[in-house]
Amino acid sequence: MIASKTSQLDDAQRIVITGVGLAAPNGDDLGQFRQALLEGRSGVVPYEIRYFGKTIAGVCNFDALRHQKRKELRRGTRAGSIGIYCANEAIRDSGWDWANVDRSAVGVYIGITEHGNVETETEIFLISGYNYDTSVWSHHHNPRTVANNPAGEIALNLEITGPHYTLGAACAAGNVGIIQAAQMLRLGECDLALAGGVSESIHTFGIFAGFASQGALATHEDPTKASRPFDQNRNGIVVAEGGCIYTMERLSDAKARGAKIYGELVGYAINTDATDFVLPNPERQAQCVAKALNRAGLNPEDIDIVSTHATGTSNGDSLECEALRNAFRGSQRTHFNNTKSYIGHCMGAAGALELAGNLPAFQDGFAHPSINCDQLDPECELPNLVLEQPRELGKVRRILNNSFGMLGINSVVIIEDLGGH
Amino acid sequence: MAPEEIREVIIEILGDIAPDEDLGSLDDAVAFREQLELDSMDFLDIVMELRKRYRVQIPEEEYGQLASMDSTVSYLTPKMAEIAK
Repeated sequence: MIASKTSQLDDAQRIVITGVGLAAPNGDDLGQFRQALLEGRSGVVPYEIRYFGKTIAGVCNFDALRHQKRKELRRGTRAGSIGIYCANEAIRDSGWDWANVDRSAVGVYIGITEHGNVETETEIFLISGYNYDTSVWSHHHNPRTVANNPAGEIALNLEITGPHYTLGAACAAGNVGIIQAAQMLRLGECDLALAGGVSESIHTFGIFAGFASQGALATHEDPTKASRPFDQNRNGIVVAEGGCIYTMERLSDAKARGAKIYGELVGYAINTDATDFVLPNPERQAQCVAKALNRAGLNPEDIDIVSTHATGTSNGDSLECEALRNAFRGSQRTHFNNTKSYIGHCMGAAGALELAGNLPAFQDGFAHPSINCDQLDPECELPNLVLEQPRELGKVRRILNNSFGMLGINSVVIIEDLGGH
Repeated sequence: MAPEEIREVIIEILGDIAPDEDLGSLDDAVAFREQLELDSMDFLDIVMELRKRYRVQIPEEEYGQLASMDSTVSYLTPKMAEIAK
């Protein structure tokens, strides 16, 4: 097997993941999440939201009070709370002695699909009870809805004085947060990065109503079977909330402190379809994968697992599979799976969260399956698509994670196992 | 609304704004900020809640009247005299 290009770099230019904190609809930490993915356990449940009414969603159950006071919860946003939980858990997992960390050298880079819809809808709902008298519009509205809110709440909670901001990148945002962190670490803008993505989207009726109007909102009598990527009878997206934040460091720093290393970011790419607001472009997606492989100095057969983006929409899934058939043509080794089939679409968190669920494959050698595919759509056929049951692959060296979004943004990251170091 | 009822209202509002605080030991003569973790946004919450619940308008230049429980109750008593709890 060939080595990634990054192996030729100085350790100070190589970027690794050293901690994972996550909030998924079917797990509050990586261990629970991985187990749910191997056991086929869904996190999609019946859900109701004002105006829209009864629907289904991926709902998280993490203990928000573990890292926040009730006052902080009241003042902040759900996205901020998810971020605070994930960031604290990631730091704990990373083994950093937080009390002695130079907070001015910590950067916070959080991907979001959207932010502020929840808070704005809530304020309008509240003033509707006062005949739309804007004098009762909350003074908390602006700090809750500024685009940097989730990252800023993390910085406030953890007293981080380095840079913090969000990356607005639709549903590619989780990967984009990771990529931004790597770039900033390489530039020396920070020494430790908290990076990934969050989403509070289930608390805005607009996202449900928007997808429903687009004919892209999943329905099923059994909520756990509603998210059905690749299935002939898939009928749309299940909206979910969630978050995943990594601690990322230079390999030299991680080695120096004897850190546990989940993997190295050896390749990445972001590109744009420039063809449609919502319809994906498989040619650009394949180019994005090729660009990430090229940056890593790898060939398609060097990738063991591809974590697909597929959301369960008719066009989206088949077009991504077309892109992947082209990008991985001839590779016997590569296996494909999907996480949204369990938890729905965590939007800004999706990229980071779906990668996290696959990282334990470096240790256990399994590709978790995609579930709820009772009848495979011929247009979604992929060689080695792992369905319904986990597949033992033996040694897993590299995972490629797809994450795409509206307005044609595509993102890919490739993570390599360094043997735990 | 009688002064003791106004006090109850303020305690209720503070309970929402500062849910982690023990309000049972509040000293009415001492400034809120010396006893509770309250910042300027929290004081605006008090103003906002009074506006929402009782349509009481408090001009910005008079926010200082809300410094302690005693001063708040004294300030609000004439404004809320005709309001039923």
